[in-house]
Amino acid sequence: MQQVIRILLLLIISLVYTGCGNGNGEERETAAARDEAAELTEFELEHGIGPVTERLDIGDLDVERARRGADIFDRRCTACHRMGRRFVGPPVGDVTEERSPEFIINFILNPEEMTNRHPVGQELLQEYMTIMPYQNVTKEQAIEIVDFLRYYAETGEDLRD
Amino acid sequence: MAHKTTIWKITSLLLGLGLLAMIMYGCPSQTGMLDTGDAAQRVYVAPGEYDEYYAFFSGGYSGQLSVWGLPSARMFRNIPVFSQDPESGYGYSEETKPLLMTSYGFIPWDDSHHPDFSHTDGMPDGRWIFINANNTPRVARIDLTTFETVETLELPNTGGNHASTFVTENTEYILGATRFSIPYEMDKDVPIDSYKENFDGSLSFIAVDPESGEMSMDFQIIMPPYHYDLGRAGKGPSADWAFFTTYNTEQAHTLLEINASEFDKDYVVAVNWRKAQEYVREGRARTVPANYYHNLKGKNTGIAVSNVHDEVLLLDPEDAPGMIYFLPTPKSPHGVDIDPTGEYIVAGGKLATVIPVHSFSRMLEAIDNEAFEEVINGIPVLEYEATIIGEVENPGLGPLHTEFDGDGNAYTSVYISSEIVKWSLETFEVTDRIDAYYSIGHLMITGGDTPNPDRKYMVGLTKTARDRFLPTGPKQLHPAQLYDISGDRMELLLDFPTIGEPHYAQAIRADKIRDNVKQIYDLDENQHPHAVKRPRDARVVRDGDVVRVYMTNIRSHFTPDNIEGIRVGDTVYFHLTNIEQDWDMVHGFAIKGANSGEVLIAPGETKTIVWHPQRTGIFPFYCTAFCSALHQEMQGYVRVSPVGSDVSLSWRTGDE
Repeated sequence: MQQVIRILLLLIISLVYTGCGNGNGEERETAAARDEAAELTEFELEHGIGPVTERLDIGDLDVERARRGADIFDRRCTACHRMGRRFVGPPVGDVTEERSPEFIINFILNPEEMTNRHPVGQELLQEYMTIMPYQNVTKEQAIEIVDFLRYYAETGEDLRD
Repeated sequence: MAHKTTIWKITSLLLGLGLLAMIMYGCPSQTGMLDTGDAAQRVYVAPGEYDEYYAFFSGGYSGQLSVWGLPSARMFRNIPVFSQDPESGYGYSEETKPLLMTSYGFIPWDDSHHPDFSHTDGMPDGRWIFINANNTPRVARIDLTTFETVETLELPNTGGNHASTFVTENTEYILGATRFSIPYEMDKDVPIDSYKENFDGSLSFIAVDPESGEMSMDFQIIMPPYHYDLGRAGKGPSADWAFFTTYNTEQAHTLLEINASEFDKDYVVAVNWRKAQEYVREGRARTVPANYYHNLKGKNTGIAVSNVHDEVLLLDPEDAPGMIYFLPTPKSPHGVDIDPTGEYIVAGGKLATVIPVHSFSRMLEAIDNEAFEEVINGIPVLEYEATIIGEVENPGLGPLHTEFDGDGNAYTSVYISSEIVKWSLETFEVTDRIDAYYSIGHLMITGGDTPNPDRKYMVGLTKTARDRFLPTGPKQLHPAQLYDISGDRMELLLDFPTIGEPHYAQAIRADKIRDNVKQIYDLDENQHPHAVKRPRDARVVRDGDVVRVYMTNIRSHFTPDNIEGIRVGDTVYFHLTNIEQDWDMVHGFAIKGANSGEVLIAPGETKTIVWHPQRTGIFPFYCTAFCSALHQEMQGYVRVSPVGSDVSLSWRTGDE
């Protein structure tokens, strides 16, 4: 009998607790929910977390695109990055050889989450002690930056010069 | 054992009852609860949720404008307008100093009173908010995409711009007026007791460009030397008219407390501004000498520039028939408020025993019938009985200001008896009253001065807190009270302290502003002549004794951060560009010994601070705004050498 009462009680308690949802119907992200989401998909591990969720077909290196990328890189990235050496952030001259375009684009477009949740981001934070700022770069501009970096990696020529 | 079972039974019974109650009456967090009269529920905005309204409270003698959420009464921002701001550096940075320039020089601090929104079809459109400076008469425009003061305009030949910034139906004009009559002629040196011969009143009509919002002094009207207290634009049928209250028609110049309270009646002034505008365009206004500043912030440079004007158009009522009338109104009226239909003109007879209500349509009839008592300086005085339509009896002592709920009710603040009285626009009888804590000035209903009020909240702006909060000494902050007016009776919800003395306030539905608010200044649009848009352009340039430091800020370093070759006696400009492009990522700048203060730089913005090194040595500078985990590391050094030193100018960041 007591068992039955206990089960009934549990049922009632759970009804009372779950019956009243959030007034505006929106699910709020809790710290616990974020922990669960710490599990990354294979794509995310390889290509980063952010607006790019599938492989992009950005095509072959496009020199005009790379030139535009040089300009954006100069304005938005050089406060912290150098090509061949560590500055505030890591050297980026050979980053296209190590990381996929999608990874680089996601890092540029979503630096905070990449630092908080991605193992590579966390490793970089340990080493450089600073989080890359979001610089309001568009996805198209991020592709241009990737081409600028690809051009540098392939030819050794810095298109900003 | 049996005992235990009983507890279980009782517990399950209670829980069962709770469940039943929940099923029958709904969830406690939902709307059903709101009708129970629980004030806390009605002002509670959950963490992360937004308020329904933005409210803008004048900062009174702080010269600022504070921004609040309703119904929570959380403060979001304090916008400096007519005062230097030791938070943002407004009025300290080189870019913003010109906004505080007047024909009397730089004024660090003024007294602001009445905010009003830009209007489209009588409704606030969320583009700009305006506010007046009372002491050194000015009006200002605040851009509601950035919540920053972008323009100030001085009113010439005006002594105290109090009846301002009331805005017409489609923002054609901002009203202004002289509160203290003075000789209209600029800088005229006359005995004060020649008041009646030499002093004049003036009303100002400030035009607003419909696209850019830029303000200009379109024309003034010269008036008898009375005091012009408050104003309002008409609406609907009365939209072409502006109304002002007068006091001191006695023309006293000393001990006004007694001498300006002798007459039974003063006036409400009714001005057909559209007719006045036509007369001005026809050339009936005279061009007279003036001296006033117009200061405007450049849209993409962020630099305010001052222009000085030396004349103004002045219209004399003698030359402008059918344009302006006096409506006799009991004893020293204060507020003049127009109901949502545009028909009723309610005056706050602060020394009167009734609230007088004029009818706009009766006023037009009286003008047609020439029901004039007399004509003063070309201004016909209408017969009191011809325009008055009601007198609200027993309104309490000292009725001041009235707002409306759109359902035929008016709410008047009553200063001396410290209460708000609600009355009917049909019967002109008081239907409800509620206490104010303490000594209420203005009151504000959400949309209560528009053709279409939201009958939701009312804010009472009171003058003294006394015992309402934990005491803070002989001087305490001015309080405000939030009331719910959606029901038959007014209900007090909340009592909270404010900033400065909020004479008046305005509220607007949050969605009118929220989605247009800028998150950053776009670096690509930054046209400041001293901006650094690429870190490699950071540099230091000497031109004689003037040194310009072109510096960038980003989390978490300055470029450059070591500077040598500065000498005692130099004038050093730090031009700081925050090259962040992320929302709310501000950096600050302070250098030891800087007498000009500090600055805060928004993302994408360039701000300049001037520094006059007076001693040799090493001067640290640092970021004053906690910007990242390495904020403490965001610093640098300037080396100052003696006059004539041969230390060459150099700068570096890291090893570059």
